[in-house]
Amino acid sequence: MLPLSTTIAHALPETILAVGALGLILFGALRGSRTADVVAEIAIGVLALAIVVILVGAKGRGEVFDGAFVNDSFARFMKLLALGGSLVTLILSRDFLKREGIDQYEFPILVLLSTLGMMMLTSANSLIALYLGLELMSLALYVVAAFHRDNVRASEAGLKYFVLGALSSGMLLYGASLIYGFAGTVSFAGIAKALASGPSVGVLFGLVFLMAGLAFKMSTVPFHMWTPDVYEGAPTPVTAFFASAPKMAAVAITARTLAVAFPPIQSQWQQIVVFIAIASMALGSFAAIGQTNIKRLMAYSSIGHMGFAMVGLAAGTQAGVRGVAIYMAIYLVMTLGVFAVILSMRIAGHNVEKISDLAGLSRTNGWLAFFMAMLMFSLAGIPPLAGFFAKYYAFLAAVEAGLFPLAVIGVVLSAVAAFYYLRIVKIMYFDDPAPAFDTAPFAVRAVAAVASFLILAFWIYPAPVVEAANAAAAALF
Amino acid sequence: MFGFGILSALTFLPLLGAAIILMFRNDDEASLRNIRHIALWTTVAVFLLSLVAWGRFDAANAGFQMVEQKAWAGGGLVYKLGVDGMSFPFVVLTAFLMPFCILASWESITFRVKEYMIAFLVLETLMIGVFCALDLVLFYLFFEGGLIPMFLIIGVWGGKRRIYASFKFFLYTLIGSLLMLVAIMAMATFAKTTDITVLLQTKFPADMQKWLWLAFFASFAVKMPMWPVHTWLPDAHVEAPTAGSVILAGILLKMGGYGFIRFSLPMFPDASHYFAPLVFAMSVIAIVYTSLVALVQEDMKKLIAYSSVAHMGFVTMGLFAMNQQGVQGAIFQMVSHGLVSGALFLCVGVIYDRMHTRDIAAYGGLVHRMPRYAVAFMVLTMANVGLPGTSGFVGEFLTLIGTFAANTKVAALATLGVILSAAYALYLYRRIIFGVLEKPALANIQDLSAREILILAPLVVLVIYYGVQPGAIMNASAAAVAELVKTTGAVAVKAAALAH
Repeated sequence: MLPLSTTIAHALPETILAVGALGLILFGALRGSRTADVVAEIAIGVLALAIVVILVGAKGRGEVFDGAFVNDSFARFMKLLALGGSLVTLILSRDFLKREGIDQYEFPILVLLSTLGMMMLTSANSLIALYLGLELMSLALYVVAAFHRDNVRASEAGLKYFVLGALSSGMLLYGASLIYGFAGTVSFAGIAKALASGPSVGVLFGLVFLMAGLAFKMSTVPFHMWTPDVYEGAPTPVTAFFASAPKMAAVAITARTLAVAFPPIQSQWQQIVVFIAIASMALGSFAAIGQTNIKRLMAYSSIGHMGFAMVGLAAGTQAGVRGVAIYMAIYLVMTLGVFAVILSMRIAGHNVEKISDLAGLSRTNGWLAFFMAMLMFSLAGIPPLAGFFAKYYAFLAAVEAGLFPLAVIGVVLSAVAAFYYLRIVKIMYFDDPAPAFDTAPFAVRAVAAVASFLILAFWIYPAPVVEAANAAAAALF
Repeated sequence: MFGFGILSALTFLPLLGAAIILMFRNDDEASLRNIRHIALWTTVAVFLLSLVAWGRFDAANAGFQMVEQKAWAGGGLVYKLGVDGMSFPFVVLTAFLMPFCILASWESITFRVKEYMIAFLVLETLMIGVFCALDLVLFYLFFEGGLIPMFLIIGVWGGKRRIYASFKFFLYTLIGSLLMLVAIMAMATFAKTTDITVLLQTKFPADMQKWLWLAFFASFAVKMPMWPVHTWLPDAHVEAPTAGSVILAGILLKMGGYGFIRFSLPMFPDASHYFAPLVFAMSVIAIVYTSLVALVQEDMKKLIAYSSVAHMGFVTMGLFAMNQQGVQGAIFQMVSHGLVSGALFLCVGVIYDRMHTRDIAAYGGLVHRMPRYAVAFMVLTMANVGLPGTSGFVGEFLTLIGTFAANTKVAALATLGVILSAAYALYLYRRIIFGVLEKPALANIQDLSAREILILAPLVVLVIYYGVQPGAIMNASAAAVAELVKTTGAVAVKAAALAH
């Protein structure tokens, strides 16, 4: 048994979130519904504290809770991303929730609980811990998806997400039980040891089901169907949340599971990942072309981007995981920036979501159009913007691993995807102006500005992110 | 200077100008004037700085000079700049053409001036960066980054079909470049570095060379552009504003040729020899076919665009002759074409600003009202034809000599292009300048203003100067090209020996 102090040192950020969330529930329940502002501010503080603790807290590698929970540099890297995503979402959501009249104190708490689930998931080192983290994250997500409960679309989105999510959890559990049955252990290291003597059909079956569940959470093809509807139906800040933080955790656990538990059967899971990558890139690129709703377009865009991240993972090497980590970091910033712009889309007090509402934005609101244009070029992967580096490191790993067809298909599909990102730039810059947007709240403008600045200036000195991702990836190998 | 060398200063000075312009908030007359002046003086300063660099440039040295290196991104990427005799002429050419572009946009760009100038200055940074970069990924960054400002320049300030043209330009070049990106990654994997100086010494296996060569070819052939992937160019040229056309023809097209010289020839010599017949065939088709197409154009810009494709055909032909005359001729031809076609587009811009049409049929007899314009246009037309005494002749002649030594039939066919170019260029000149001035709209057309003379005169003088004194460019590139020919030529001898 490890001393309690060690356990707490390695799980301190999680402890802070858990205590914070529970404390806020009590606080909110005692003080009534008018406390939403205070609760949100404290929740933001709790998330910021967790970030600080990760940055200055326990270094190195530590396994606690009987080896079910691991704190290593990979976990810390991905947790920082997830926490950052949640924190910015809370900042973005304040004004929107107030205007829509759904500013209840439960929202920040649900985000905190979901984030706690993500962190458990990112650190999960056994199948049980994986499932616990996944469910904690997802249950909170189901509720926030339907948070606007008087709105039919939001309720529909929540219900769809719940039903499909429950199904995917079931598949994941089934796969986990098969793996446990054939490997005789739930710990990742133990599974790898059991597989070293040769793969059994049962484990392969289990792996496929496990991957199906994880692919659902990452919203990759063929388990992506919920994404467009949920993105479109959920309140916009919730969509921003869905597109950012949970993706970080889902990709993190997928990388960890494959790299730590299943290295002996890499040639088997590689096929699955390659298929997921190609299918997601293709669907994301082609299906987004015809969209008229910007949130729906971002849903397909996110499917495509998960496909690009999977290209790195398909390599199954340290460079590959590094590519995934860099990809997710850059993708997080781009997504939050885009959703900040989407949240600024209000005409005469009403939210608008059509792409055509952006027409001529460069003339009515030059800076906002510039931010959006930079984010779009970056999502398309055009250098010198950050999105290019994301693709570069992910594809580099695939090429190093000899996956040339995958890399070539990937770059061709990214040229297809470039078309619809360009279309948004064209609408903003080349078309005649539509009615101007209302002035967005300061927080929203600030997020858009900071995100596009980071994207635009990333090329000047990318080394810190690359080195951090490198150290993170090294932890899994 | 913060530990950075002169090439970094050259590359990033325009960005500084753009940052200053960014701070202007108003768009009243006074700030517009200031914005224009800042843009102009920034580009002039860059040009003067490039002359300083020229002073430091040692033409006898075949290697890279003024090299600077810094740690940059992790994973083996370094920030490394340097020039040699094959890249430096393009740096100076870029710096030289930019002030003219700003001047040409002085009055014709009337809306969103601030964004326009910023786009041009950013583009200048990226273009100079392309020619200075000594790291493959850094090169790619600059090479591909130029798409963004150019897309906006065509799309925002372009003509009627600007949206179609801007998308076509962007997607064509993007697909070509992305394949090159995969090849860059493969090279990085093989050589464990993206440092161009190291890669130049790396010997890639022969079948790998073929794939890499094809991937790079996809990018550079589109950029050049070579037949049959040239179709984006006429659209982009026609729709772009005048200065955009100048940059497109003057610099952006040269990136393709520069890419062949820097990467395809020295890094993949076996593959270059293997694919040389393909390049020859495509070049000859480009020369003859696009010249014929140019003959029947009704739009002045389109005609010049097609003639650009034909002239680039001479460049690719000369490059893949892989001998001293061919390669040096190609470099000369590129610089000369940068001046000549740039100046021709400026000439079109002059009458377009007055009449707002580019239809050849709308003009005629301009010599009666615009004698100075007629002189400038004539010199440039002659240079476009390749008349001895103009810079156009030197490049065309040298590439033909080089090709003749490598492949006589190709050279003979390409000579047809010289005749055809005379046909379309003189035909254009006759229809616009000569004849009776009978169109009523032209009756009051004004001759060149002082600003336009300031733009055209230096270009015309240079075109003639380089025609009689080509050594100025030839000497700069001679040593570096000799080195290139030696390395790729050695392979040729070996290949020939194997064939026997």
